[in-house]
Amino acid sequence: MNMPIQPNSFRTGPDEAGMFGVFGGRFVAETLMPLILELETQWNQAKTDPAFQAELKNLSTYYAGRPSKLYFAEGLTRHLGGAKIYLKREDLNHTGSHKINNCLGQILLAKRMGKTRIIAETGAGQHGVASATVSARFGFPCVVYMGATDVERQKPNVFRMKLLGAQVNPVSSGHGTLKDAMNEALRDWVTNVHDTYYLIGTAAGPHPYPEMVREFQSVIGTEAREQILEQEGRLPDAIIASVGGGSNAIGLFHPFLDDRDVRIIGIEAGGRGLGGVEHCASMSAGKPGVLHGNRTYLLQNEDGQIVDGHSISAGLDYPGVGPEHSWLRDSGRVEYVPIMDDEALAAFQLTTRVEGIIPALESAHAIAQAVKLAPTMGKEEIIVINLSGRGDKDVHTVASMMGMEF
Amino acid sequence: MTTTRIDRCFAKLKDEGRPALVTYFMGGDPDYETSLKIMKAMPAAGTDVIELGMPFSDPMADGPAIQAAGLRALKGGQTLARTIQMVRDFRAHDDDTPIVMMGYYNPIYIYGVERFLAEARDAGLDGLIVVDLPPEMDAELCVPALKAGINFIRLATPTTDAKRLPKVLENTSGFVYYVSMTGITGSALANTGDVSEAVARIKSHTDLPVCVGFGVKTAEQARAIGASADGVVVGTAIVNAVASVLGPDGQMTADPAEAVATLVSGLAQGVRRARLEAVD
Repeated sequence: MNMPIQPNSFRTGPDEAGMFGVFGGRFVAETLMPLILELETQWNQAKTDPAFQAELKNLSTYYAGRPSKLYFAEGLTRHLGGAKIYLKREDLNHTGSHKINNCLGQILLAKRMGKTRIIAETGAGQHGVASATVSARFGFPCVVYMGATDVERQKPNVFRMKLLGAQVNPVSSGHGTLKDAMNEALRDWVTNVHDTYYLIGTAAGPHPYPEMVREFQSVIGTEAREQILEQEGRLPDAIIASVGGGSNAIGLFHPFLDDRDVRIIGIEAGGRGLGGVEHCASMSAGKPGVLHGNRTYLLQNEDGQIVDGHSISAGLDYPGVGPEHSWLRDSGRVEYVPIMDDEALAAFQLTTRVEGIIPALESAHAIAQAVKLAPTMGKEEIIVINLSGRGDKDVHTVASMMGMEF
Repeated sequence: MTTTRIDRCFAKLKDEGRPALVTYFMGGDPDYETSLKIMKAMPAAGTDVIELGMPFSDPMADGPAIQAAGLRALKGGQTLARTIQMVRDFRAHDDDTPIVMMGYYNPIYIYGVERFLAEARDAGLDGLIVVDLPPEMDAELCVPALKAGINFIRLATPTTDAKRLPKVLENTSGFVYYVSMTGITGSALANTGDVSEAVARIKSHTDLPVCVGFGVKTAEQARAIGASADGVVVGTAIVNAVASVLGPDGQMTADPAEAVATLVSGLAQGVRRARLEAVD
């Protein structure tokens, strides 16, 4: 047998040092280390504390609106003429995306740690809005770092954050996207470490963030697994989610990792093609390196300088990925494939027309993979797609791609 | 490990009874030749230890001045290989002044840790400061560097409490770099009273020299910090001196090496006054 050696379970990581195989870790300045160790201690207590879990459950139910529906997408299924398509409706959550799941968990931790100020980075603005929302709800001042390019292309979300009382700081270094926002948030954190909680929005960064964000987002996959068993009486044949940093994807994937018959596909932003630098497919076209506190697949040049990628979707416009995805890639459990800007745009329009659902451009990447895959599968087979967010924020971008003005 | 130029330098300065002046510049800013000229001008102007910045695209612990310097260097074609070459070129006519390379881990990781250490040591490198490698990640570079005979200089910060300090000092060699405040490079200087207290606290745990940096910009500040520290690190002010003679398109309006030498001379006078006036 030439099969790679498979672990007994894909769900046990990270180890004590915060590593998923060779990925992950704690590559941060000394100034932050004591706080990161304290965060780990607090997180380890919180995750087994019934009172913490009860408060989170209560907020998830009555504030965020969980559980989100698992919706049989009859229009898409009929249009594609193959496997049955189900959409996990994270777009229906309060604030319009999966980001609220993580923000509710982390704001409770911030409160538990006695921190008095929240900072966050954001790409598409979905995490920024969710951070501003929970900060408003719990009475914390909130500063959101956002790349200047993203501020421009996600104006509706910038205004929402300001309405919610957050201060939005545009970051103009680099290409003015998520990577640059994260650098600036880390600089703020290292300066204000005594009173500030850094609410990281994706399953990346130094340990324990990748594990913690995954745990808060795994509610997506846990629900989806129960719902599909209830609605179809069996597990799906494939599950698909888009991967930027990878929080919505790890949230859907993690509860299914040990269901070996379920094919799991993560979608990277192929941008304008993998030939040059105008994409964000770090696992398809990058190599392992160290950035933002963890070792993971990164887009970089031969000197180890990080390269700015491109994606039509601000939420996927990041040259790295969460470390657990890098490990899942190398272990072979999850397939990661790119979807191009134009394929995502076509899926965006299709879903809008045949389902009456405007998906986020990030989620449209996942749908675009189902557009390719479903027709090759039988009518009895099932695909579950994470519809991670709604697309209202993207209408300006889509209009300009379509050459329209409004 | 055997003694390095760093160990010999601090031993000599201890005999002289004065703190070291440690000066940082960005390798390759604004171009290789100019930058090498800056480096060569430093010892004559009064630098005791040179910190050679390795540019990185995403310098998470640096303020705007060093961020901009790194981008200028990268735009000028600087790579890690050329930064090692800079050490080699410098050593061709200065075999005494200690050189410490400072930067972030990824370019070294991509270059290959063993290859980097072998080439850097052969070029004449003495020490390394890598901002994003805390003691928890010692197996990555710190332990291999010590084996290769290169000092691994750790940062201690105001958040490094008494419980953690021994862990930070465990594999440190050469000197300890005390970061005077929580923040990024180039911020305002901390209260000198707090700094001397922190230096005393660290010195009670180690025999290594303790140098203080982050926020020291003037000769007067260098004097004040040097009263208690074994060395004073100046970075952003030097990088700013280079930037001050660059026009909007990056063209040089004066000689950057001369601008840096003038600044370093003043700082050197500051550290030389430190102990005299401290005794008064």
